[in-house]
Amino acid sequence: MPAATIVHTPSKIEASWPDAIYHHFQRVGVRQVGYVPDAGHSRLIALCEADPNIADVLLTTEEEGAGLVAGAALGGQRAALLMQSSGVGNCINMFSLLRNCGFGCVVLVTMRGEFGEFNPWQVPMGAITDDVLRLSGFLTYRIDNADDVDELVGAGCDMAFDGNLLVAFLLSQRLIGRKQWVR
Amino acid sequence: MGALMLDRRDLVRQLLIDRGDLLVVSGLGSATYDVAAAGDHPLNFYLWGAMGGTAMIGLGLALAQPQRRVAVLTGDGDMLMGIGSLATIGVKQPKNLAVVVLDNAHYGETGMQASHTKAGIDLVAVACACRFREARAIARIEEAAAVRKLLHRDEGPILVSARIKKEDVPRVLPMRDGHAIKQRFIAALNGA
Repeated sequence: MPAATIVHTPSKIEASWPDAIYHHFQRVGVRQVGYVPDAGHSRLIALCEADPNIADVLLTTEEEGAGLVAGAALGGQRAALLMQSSGVGNCINMFSLLRNCGFGCVVLVTMRGEFGEFNPWQVPMGAITDDVLRLSGFLTYRIDNADDVDELVGAGCDMAFDGNLLVAFLLSQRLIGRKQWVR
Repeated sequence: MGALMLDRRDLVRQLLIDRGDLLVVSGLGSATYDVAAAGDHPLNFYLWGAMGGTAMIGLGLALAQPQRRVAVLTGDGDMLMGIGSLATIGVKQPKNLAVVVLDNAHYGETGMQASHTKAGIDLVAVACACRFREARAIARIEEAAAVRKLLHRDEGPILVSARIKKEDVPRVLPMRDGHAIKQRFIAALNGA
């Protein structure tokens, strides 16, 4: 069986857009970040782990994150979730908790299953991620260019936490850098 | 266990007596009714849905309020659906979080079908494997006082599986408006 290794486009992974998101977490006072590990979010996860003011919560499945957000808000803290597009599907019923009680939430979704996706198994969920989020009550913003991250995520964080709204950002595969499969 | 099974209402009432500033999250269905039957309280966050999420709400709350004690009361069905959250809690090791599973080994809301714990799936063993500092099963009402102390005092994370009788008890329905339950809880927490 041929071994396949996975590498991410180096120029994209060193990009500063995760730093822009992290700075908004700091600015608005995000104190809990729930995530399932994801290559596209690796830098942002590392920044959150290194921040003593942020409780980084490693989840076994993304839907745990909706509960975390609700609990944090009950206790007076703001929480954000990081997940891959496949994880959005895992959350659908649990998102009803956020909507039903009016908990504000920011979700940053790294997209798979689009733009040159090598793995067809990622496509069905990636193709409906935006629709699933909107049907679940989220305002969604798709981001293709790194230059837009700062402004859009900043505005979205304010909307979510000042207005108790559900806001999701779809970080496109063009932004993240497509996953490279090397045999 | 066998004949030595707990009356769920009696147990929950005893666990929540003189509760002080304890923060309580109750899982959908019978656990929410039990907590309501013990006496409505603004520091109760009643779930009417979000099955599988109760323990995670407890974790988020415990992390946000490290100086307060948080008790999650829920059923075996909800805990089984959120079984991965025991691993998530085990990673974070919240000292102020306790989970009480009201385990009748059945899905009471849907017609008393057997749950996994009926077949011997052991949530106490799962909690131990997930690095809970304290995990025990109880089946006698005399143990309620010790569990109540656990909720208020001992270092978490804690899980108690309370072997309750499989029975239908009259429903005691608390408020259902999610926004109202949330706002009342937050106001009480800030005012306390």
